[in-house]
Amino acid sequence: MSRIGVVVCHCGTNIAGVVDVERVAAEAAKLPNVVFAVTNKYTCSEPGQATMKAAIEEHQLDRLVICSCSPRMHEATFRRMLKDTRINPYMLEIANLREQCAWVHTDKEKATEKAIDLMRMAVAKVEQNKPLFTSTIPIHKKCLIIGGGIAGIQAALDVADAGYQVTIVEREPSIGGHMVMLDKTFPTLDCSACISTPKMVDVGQHPNITLMTSSEVVNVGGYVGSFEVTIKQKARYVDHTKCTGCGLCETKCPTKVPSEFNQGYNKRTAIYKPFAQAVPAKPVIDPDSCKMLKEGKCGVCAKVCPLGCIDFKDTAKEYTETYGAIIVATGYDLIPWQDLYGEYGGGRYADVITGLQFERLVNASGPTEGHILRPSDGTEPKDVVIIKCVGSRDPHKGKSYCSRACCMYSAKHAHQILEKLPGANVYIFYMDVRTPGKGYEEFYDRTRADGAVYIRGRVSKIYKENGKLVCKGEDTLLGKPVSVQADMVVLATAMVPAVGVEKLTTMLGIATDPDKWVQEAHPKLRPVETQTGGIFLAGTCQGPKDIPDTVAQASAAAVKVCGLFSKDEMETSPMISGVDQQKCCGCGFCVNCCPYKAISLVEIDAREGARRVKKTVASVNSGLCQGCGCCTAACRTGAIDLSGYTNAQILKEVDALCL
Amino acid sequence: MEECLNARSGAELANSIAARAGVKLHECYQCGKCTAGCPMAHAMDLMPRQLVRYMQLGRMEEILGSKSVWLCASCHTCVERCPHSIDIPSLMELSRQAAKARGRVGVKTVDMFSGIFMQNVKMFGKSHEALMEGVYNVTTGRFMQDMENVPHMLKNKMVGIEPHTTNNPEEIKALIERALEMGGEDA
Repeated sequence: MSRIGVVVCHCGTNIAGVVDVERVAAEAAKLPNVVFAVTNKYTCSEPGQATMKAAIEEHQLDRLVICSCSPRMHEATFRRMLKDTRINPYMLEIANLREQCAWVHTDKEKATEKAIDLMRMAVAKVEQNKPLFTSTIPIHKKCLIIGGGIAGIQAALDVADAGYQVTIVEREPSIGGHMVMLDKTFPTLDCSACISTPKMVDVGQHPNITLMTSSEVVNVGGYVGSFEVTIKQKARYVDHTKCTGCGLCETKCPTKVPSEFNQGYNKRTAIYKPFAQAVPAKPVIDPDSCKMLKEGKCGVCAKVCPLGCIDFKDTAKEYTETYGAIIVATGYDLIPWQDLYGEYGGGRYADVITGLQFERLVNASGPTEGHILRPSDGTEPKDVVIIKCVGSRDPHKGKSYCSRACCMYSAKHAHQILEKLPGANVYIFYMDVRTPGKGYEEFYDRTRADGAVYIRGRVSKIYKENGKLVCKGEDTLLGKPVSVQADMVVLATAMVPAVGVEKLTTMLGIATDPDKWVQEAHPKLRPVETQTGGIFLAGTCQGPKDIPDTVAQASAAAVKVCGLFSKDEMETSPMISGVDQQKCCGCGFCVNCCPYKAISLVEIDAREGARRVKKTVASVNSGLCQGCGCCTAACRTGAIDLSGYTNAQILKEVDALCL
Repeated sequence: MEECLNARSGAELANSIAARAGVKLHECYQCGKCTAGCPMAHAMDLMPRQLVRYMQLGRMEEILGSKSVWLCASCHTCVERCPHSIDIPSLMELSRQAAKARGRVGVKTVDMFSGIFMQNVKMFGKSHEALMEGVYNVTTGRFMQDMENVPHMLKNKMVGIEPHTTNNPEEIKALIERALEMGGEDA
């Protein structure tokens, strides 16, 4: 005979305003085995919890039903409360009378009837509950950071400064990401490289940080506390243990190809450092352009290298390590506007450039040494048009979202043009101006005071006429079609997730939204976590954002990692799947449907009558299983069951409702 | 045909008007609160917001040819409500003067009324309503306009046949002379 207690919460007027809570409690008292049923104004409050604890002792309760808000809200609160009582924390059921009843209904009579049904289901289920016990898993206090942009750099420094080991994996030959390519940052006009390169150097010199450039994650296994990660380092053809970064090889290399760092506006050599302040400050050979690697002729770099660092026979290497936590900081790329916007020339006009290309043109270490010159003929532009929302807020051709940083960097570009080119005119076509940040609106004001002409409307077409780029649009504030004859056009193109991020998210078993940004666990309350324990997010991999937000998020993710690493082991939820090997037919259906890659097929010794046989059955990894229940729904023989949500419990709930 | 924004023929005039009105044109972000509160907007061809927009773009042509600058009642509702306190009545007034100087009169009756009013003031030192009304009606050819109100206004001494004069009309004359010397427009 079980002894069940039922507490019906008013939640102020949240529930009691719609549901007759006294009637729900009275109905509960009539149910078999319910020995205690009351209402409470605020069950989650200190006095509310004290009332329940007293009742458990007084009435010798062995299970509890709380009719209150969603279990997402307070299940953890009530389980913690039960830890100090004679009841196992898992002998608790919560009937959601708030989100799934009071908040969504207005008819008091019908809402009360529904509340009574929900309560009866919970009572029926709790009868079947069994005590469950948490187990612990060890935590390897080493953090993997995927991506070496400003997000990865900041997170790495924060975790490393806290005393934990960190590995950064970066696929390019240097860390730094997009930030180091920018000229100045809004709204303070700090030199972007000047504030980011010291951090890069710190990463390179930090005793707790291992830097793996030219590398990519190729396999991820395991679970929070102990992820088994395989990292592939591409062949660099330069022995970085010997190389001092003297740069002699770069000066002698005869092959010149467009520089990725400078957006193709000047050339780099085949053996190269991407930019002067690269970390590590050592060159690599680009096998796609190196004459020696392609044709077997040349080898000048090897001849001039005083330390003999060049190794044309270098191959890719794979390393496997165990990490306790992973921070995803893979960043963004710009939308391929040339393929989408034929009306803007689709890349046919050399003087229609992106904001990132403009950053290189205006940067003192860029291809023009900071002089704003048109790419087509190297002359100074007099009339410059900036077009915002190219690919953003355009569900037809681009993305439906706002890329968040463009309004501000466009204002910054306008300011830079007006400052560096006296007498120049800047026209900015915009849909809305969004400046939500400290000092941002003031910067926008200043740009207009500088003389930038803002025109509300989208440019519909750019065409060439008499050597000018004619931009046609409408000034929607005047309601009139307008045109501007420009010498140069800068497009504020949309941010999109970094190329190849899908492969990585699949490997990690983390969700993405329809635009392929990595999905956070909760948009407001868990913005740097993923649904998978131990995997965190930093920066633009989660969605477009500017540098301050990126850095803040990176530090937040680092704190989450440090919090995890502050313990030697962690508790795991006991509400996970288990396989009845007798019933399992080894079909593997559950393996395919598990979103966390927690189920695998194993071979066991079994008996068939008197014979010993080998049998293939499913096996659940208790560290990976998140208790979602997909497998129990998919299992055709009913061999998999989820503790806390067993088939028997759910059937009792259905019976309570239907019989 | 769309208008090419590179040609900012009126930029110089717009900037000088803005400077004299003490207005920073770039501050206007075109929220339209001015137009929404304007009691004359129903009769205007160019809304107060649009007037500022054209000035921002250095396009005075539309403004100089507009009725709006003649219809503005200088009630200052727009300035009072503007988040940037942009003095639109001054922009209107200075634009109206610029239009007049170029021989462009958007609403002739307003210009006539203004002239008759000033002649009156020159003559008597104060306006003489009955005479002013009469001259205005004769000049516009609308002889009977507002005549139905005359008996009521006479009876209640709201207007009179005799002009009111100031104690020292010469001083008023001197004031007007001085204003004209300083570049004021003649009636």
